[in-house]
Amino acid sequence: MRLLEFQAKELFAEYGIRVPSGHASTDISTARQDAKSLGYPFIIKFQAPVGGRGKAGGIQLCSTTDEFEIKYPQILDMTIKGERARAILLEKAANIKKELYLSLFLNRSKRCYTVIASAEGGVEIESVKDQIIREVGMGDITDDVASEIAKDMGLEGDVISQFVDTLSRLSQLAVEKEVELAEINPLAILDDGSLVALDGKMITDDNSNFRHPELQKYREESEVEERAEKSGFSLVIMDGDIAVIGNGAGLVMSTLDMLSDSGGKAACFLDVGGGATTESVYEALTLISKIDGITGILVNLYGGIVKTTTVASAFLLAYENKLIDLPVFARLKGAESDKAQVMLADSKTQLFDSVEDAIQTAVTEAKSR
Amino acid sequence: MNIFDILKGTEGDSDYCKKGVIVQGITGAYGSLHTKNMMSYGTNIVAGVTPSKGGQIFEGIPIHNTVQEAVDATGANISIVFVPAKFFKNAAIEALNAGIKLLVAIPEHVPVRDTMEVIRLAKEKGVTVIGPNTPGVMIPEIIKIGIMPHMPFKSGNVAVISKSGTLLYEISDALSAANFGQCITIGIGGDPINGTRLVDAFDMVKDLPSLEGLVIVGEIGGDSEELLAQRIMELNFTKPTVAYIAGRAAPKGKRMGHAGAIVMGTYGSAESKVNMFNKANVPVAKRPTEVPVLLAGKMKEFV
Repeated sequence: MRLLEFQAKELFAEYGIRVPSGHASTDISTARQDAKSLGYPFIIKFQAPVGGRGKAGGIQLCSTTDEFEIKYPQILDMTIKGERARAILLEKAANIKKELYLSLFLNRSKRCYTVIASAEGGVEIESVKDQIIREVGMGDITDDVASEIAKDMGLEGDVISQFVDTLSRLSQLAVEKEVELAEINPLAILDDGSLVALDGKMITDDNSNFRHPELQKYREESEVEERAEKSGFSLVIMDGDIAVIGNGAGLVMSTLDMLSDSGGKAACFLDVGGGATTESVYEALTLISKIDGITGILVNLYGGIVKTTTVASAFLLAYENKLIDLPVFARLKGAESDKAQVMLADSKTQLFDSVEDAIQTAVTEAKSR
Repeated sequence: MNIFDILKGTEGDSDYCKKGVIVQGITGAYGSLHTKNMMSYGTNIVAGVTPSKGGQIFEGIPIHNTVQEAVDATGANISIVFVPAKFFKNAAIEALNAGIKLLVAIPEHVPVRDTMEVIRLAKEKGVTVIGPNTPGVMIPEIIKIGIMPHMPFKSGNVAVISKSGTLLYEISDALSAANFGQCITIGIGGDPINGTRLVDAFDMVKDLPSLEGLVIVGEIGGDSEELLAQRIMELNFTKPTVAYIAGRAAPKGKRMGHAGAIVMGTYGSAESKVNMFNKANVPVAKRPTEVPVLLAGKMKEFV
C-alpha cells in the first residue's frame, strides 16, 4: 500500500516523530473549519501518490481567507501526472533553516533494510548529494548506529540527538508496520532548532496486510480492483481500449509489451493466476464488463495447469448470459486446445495459434472501429 | 552444495537421478494435485508432511506430522513447500532445522519480512532456498520439483533462469521447438526478495562443462538483472547468453501481478535492464519467440 503524505504523517505522529500541525479534508466546508483552527498563514497541499507536486502547483502558501477560497477548490480540482487529488492537507507553515533527507527501505538486491541519509535534502532522491548509505539487517537501528549516521552527515550540536531519536522511531515504525519504504524528505531543521518531518512517503508490504488491520483504513481500491483481489487476480487499469487477460504476471506483461509494439493500447492488465477455472475466467470477464471504454479483449493463456477448454466454456457462458458482447482475440496454448477450437467455432471469439497473430488482428480491428 | 549434486546425486549412488523429495502440505488442494503431477513426471516423492495427519497415506506416500520425522524416515534432503503464505515461515524454519538442504518455496503472497527471516536462517545453515512465489526447479526428463507443466521442457544443454513462471514455460517451449533442450530450469520467483537471486542461479549453472547456452528471463522491478549483467561482464562469461525482459509497456508505480514487478522512478525500469544486458553483450529479445532465434545467432558466433 502506498500511503498519502497526510497518512504517513499520522503514523509518524503516532510514533513520536515531529510533524507540523495540519488537517486533511476532501471538501471546502470542512476545510474552512480547519483553516480557522490552524490560523493563517498555512500551506495547501495536494494529496496523491505522486512526486513533483510542488513543481506542478499542487503545494501553495495561503495567507488570507480570500486566497483560501480561490486556491482550495483549484488545488482540489488538479490532476498531477494523471492522478487526481485524494484529499487536501492544510498544514502550518514552517520556517526552515536546513533540509535533510532520510529514508529506510527494503534493499532488494542486498536483501536487508537500508538507510539513506543526507544533509542535502528537499530534492528527489536521485539528486540527493553526499548520501550516507547504511545496511541495517531487519531494520532495527541502535542509537550507536544512528549517531554514527548523524556524524557522517556532518550534523552538529543538539540536532544530533534529535536525529538519533527520529531515526530510531522511524526504524520502529518500519519494523512494526512492515514497510518497504519510509521516507522523510525534507526532514527539516527549523529556525527554532527543532527537527520536523515536512513531507512523508510510505509504502507497506501488501502481503503483510493480514497482520495489519489497523492500516486497512488507508487502503485505496476501486470496486472493480477490490473484486479482482478477492478473486485472487491482479488487475491494473490502463487508459487504452483493448483488455488484456492472461495467466501469469510475466506472460501478461509480455503481452502488453507486444501489443504496445504493434501500436495497440491496453485498457487493463488482468492476470488470472496459474490455477484458472471456468468460474474464475468467467469472473474475469465479469470484471472486464465493468470497465469503461473496452472495444476488444485480447487473451493469452499458456495452458498446462489450466485446461484451455475450461477457458473456452467460460467465454461461451459469458456470451450466452450476455455478460459480454465484445470480440475476443485469443491464443490458448496448452492442454486440449484443439477441443477448445471446436467449441468456440461459432462464437465472437477468434482463436489464433500465435499471440503475435492475435495481437495483429486485435489492433487492426480496433483501428477500423 | 552444488545444485546438480542435490538434484541428481553422483553417478554410482543407489539413488542417482532418483533423489527423494518431501512435500510439505501434501494433503492441501494444490499440494496433492502437484504431488501427483510430480510423481507422474518421475520425481521420487518419498514422504509428505501435514501436521495431525501423520500415519496416513497419500497415493502410496506416507504422511508425517513433522519434517523431522519425514527426514528421519527417508534421509531425504529436498523439500517442496505448498502451505498457505501465512504459514510459510514456520514451515520453512521447520524444514531448515530438520536438515533440508534444498527448499523449494511455492507459496505466493508471503510477507517479505518472513522471507527475509527464512533466508537469514538458510544462510546460516548453508541451505539453498528457491522462491518463494516460484514455479520450482527441474532437470528435464530427470526430476521436476515444482508446479510447471511438463510439455514445454525437454532434455538438453541450455539453462533457463526466470523470474516469471508462465514465461519460463513459454520460452522453454519455444526453445524446445527449436531443438534447444534444457539442462536445468530455475524459477527464482516474482517476489521482491528471493532465496535464490538471478545472480545466484547464474552461479549455480555457469561452470557446468556441458552448458551450451544460457537464457535469462527477467521482468521490471528491482535490479537483479543489472547485477547479473555486471557479473557476466566481471567474469567475462562468454557462453552464448540471451535475455528477455517483460514489462516495457507497464505503467510506472504499479505492481504488475508480481509483488516485485514495480518500477519506482527509474529504479526497476526495463530500459535500465536492457541497457545493462546490451553492455554485457547479451542480446535482449523483443518477444518470447525471438529467444531461440537470438540464441542460435549467439551460438554461431561462439563457434
